[in-house]
Amino acid sequence: MTETTEAVSVRTHRATPQRRGPSATGAGPRTGGGRGRLLRRATPWLFLVAPLALLITFTYVPVGNMLYYSFTDWDGISPDRNFTGVDNYVQIFTRPELFRVFFVSFYYLAASAFQIVIALYFATVLSFDLRFRNLFKGLLFFPYLINGVAIGFVFLYFFQDGGTLDTVLSWFGQDPDHAWLGDPESANTSLAGVSVWRYTGLNFVLFLGAIQSIPGELYEAAQLDGATKWDQFRHIIAPSIRPVLSLSVILAVSGSLAVFEIPWIMTGGATGTSTFVIQTVKLAFQFNKTGLASAAAVVLLLIVLLITWIQRRLVPDEKVDLV
Amino acid sequence: MTTAQRTAPVKTAGRSRPLPGPRRVRLRGRIGQTLVYVSLVVASLVVILPLAVVFLTSLKTSAEAADGGALSLPGDWLNFDNYATAFSEGRMLTAFGNTLFILLFSITGTVLIGSMTAYAVDRFHFRARKLVMALFLVATLVPGVTTQVATFQVVNGFGLFDTRWAPILLYMGTDIVSIYIFLQFIRGIPVSLDEAARLDGANSFTIYRKIILPLLKPAIATVVIIKGITVYNDFYIPFLYMPSQDLGTVSTALFRFKGPFGAHWENISAGAVLVIVPTLIAFLFLQRYIYNGFAQGATK
Repeated sequence: MTETTEAVSVRTHRATPQRRGPSATGAGPRTGGGRGRLLRRATPWLFLVAPLALLITFTYVPVGNMLYYSFTDWDGISPDRNFTGVDNYVQIFTRPELFRVFFVSFYYLAASAFQIVIALYFATVLSFDLRFRNLFKGLLFFPYLINGVAIGFVFLYFFQDGGTLDTVLSWFGQDPDHAWLGDPESANTSLAGVSVWRYTGLNFVLFLGAIQSIPGELYEAAQLDGATKWDQFRHIIAPSIRPVLSLSVILAVSGSLAVFEIPWIMTGGATGTSTFVIQTVKLAFQFNKTGLASAAAVVLLLIVLLITWIQRRLVPDEKVDLV
Repeated sequence: MTTAQRTAPVKTAGRSRPLPGPRRVRLRGRIGQTLVYVSLVVASLVVILPLAVVFLTSLKTSAEAADGGALSLPGDWLNFDNYATAFSEGRMLTAFGNTLFILLFSITGTVLIGSMTAYAVDRFHFRARKLVMALFLVATLVPGVTTQVATFQVVNGFGLFDTRWAPILLYMGTDIVSIYIFLQFIRGIPVSLDEAARLDGANSFTIYRKIILPLLKPAIATVVIIKGITVYNDFYIPFLYMPSQDLGTVSTALFRFKGPFGAHWENISAGAVLVIVPTLIAFLFLQRYIYNGFAQGATK
């Protein structure tokens, strides 16, 4: 995991000459006695006790338990749990109503592709000198900082019958009566739209940071050579933001699979908007099917790990140009 | 919002200086420039419109909200009744109190834990160092939402379910991003400083407390901002772990508006605005730190 922005890698790089050989590390008290040596060896662990305890308790123990639960029919409460082998996994992949939620992810996946493109456009545009540059920058980024529940309510009102969206559309002579959250297709499209509204700002700021770490002389030189803005984008900007771009793609894919907040707040998963995480939460905490929910969570975890692994291997050189 | 934003400088160490625009503006360039502004204005409207409508609604009486169109203006611009209702009946005061409590402890904890881990890993070369780093690295790959079913049992086992300590521990224990931010900064602090202090007889804890922590201030600012926004906005963890009415955070208290206020959009809108305003104020005052923080935090 050495994906760093230009800025960060510059800083680390600069720091390297100051780093020392292994000798300086154990430069503890030179008492030499057995007690001193013991203390010196224990020192890093004294700093690490709390962090490691928390890490193991709240990440590794749950992952281990989850694997174990996924092979049982446990309901989360009763003391007895029966080992059922891979039955839970078979259910997930054979019961269509359980598997269907995966298709909802495609709406969010398409939305994130759109989101990355517009974020890239605005980051490029706003990295050049423009009037009200900082104002636009702030406006585009701000939605990312807003509370998810508040966003949910804002857009529930926005998509209401005869609400904001209908009103605005009627200005353009469109039929203003549409139940946006009423049928699965438009409901999922609407929710994915909300996710674009919410997250474009983050991608935008990441891209902007990467673009601005490009030294200005490069553009000046390019302009002297008569390069157009598009040339500058293709040959200077695009290559230098590759790491951030590939990171965004990974986040977009794993994020699309793990959508929870917005659909849960806005529709509660009704009218076909249930996502994988909503279904898992319902299975575990409403229907007390901890075993089945754990299996679902393991499947999601494996998919995310797989995607991350594939992208780490593929993205660095090839895929980036397409976005 | 506009003036404050424009005047706040967003320059940082000369890095974010605007790139030079073209000197010769050809006709094609001018049309392009106009299109760019049009796109920016459209995007700004898309951002502002839904928020503005909710703000307008929050100032309407229930009759106005029920009858008028979404974009109609409130009759009385100073009608704050809905805010009063949201505040008292929506238990927003308790919610802000709980959120503040959780924020204080989880941010302090995250800063201490993150900086201690980074210090131990960067300044000591002990045998299991690689293993410790690997443990933290692998944990970044596990999305939090997937493990909640099992994490829930762990929290429950400690008897922490439905207490404010459950989210605090979860926020402290699973934040790997902050460890990376601290690690990046600590590498930039010259080791010669540590060594000089050691010659003066300081032990590791004194060095950590008196030298490393003060020098980490920029990193601490970044972590506090990122963590603060994440915790303030988080819905999932308080929703799962603190179902009691009295333990609502701003997110869960607002979510509960759905029930009692039903279709009373003027009250719901007031609640939403109440939750958004602190974020807006923080953003206006801390703009450049927030941008930098997210650029560093998200890319680790």
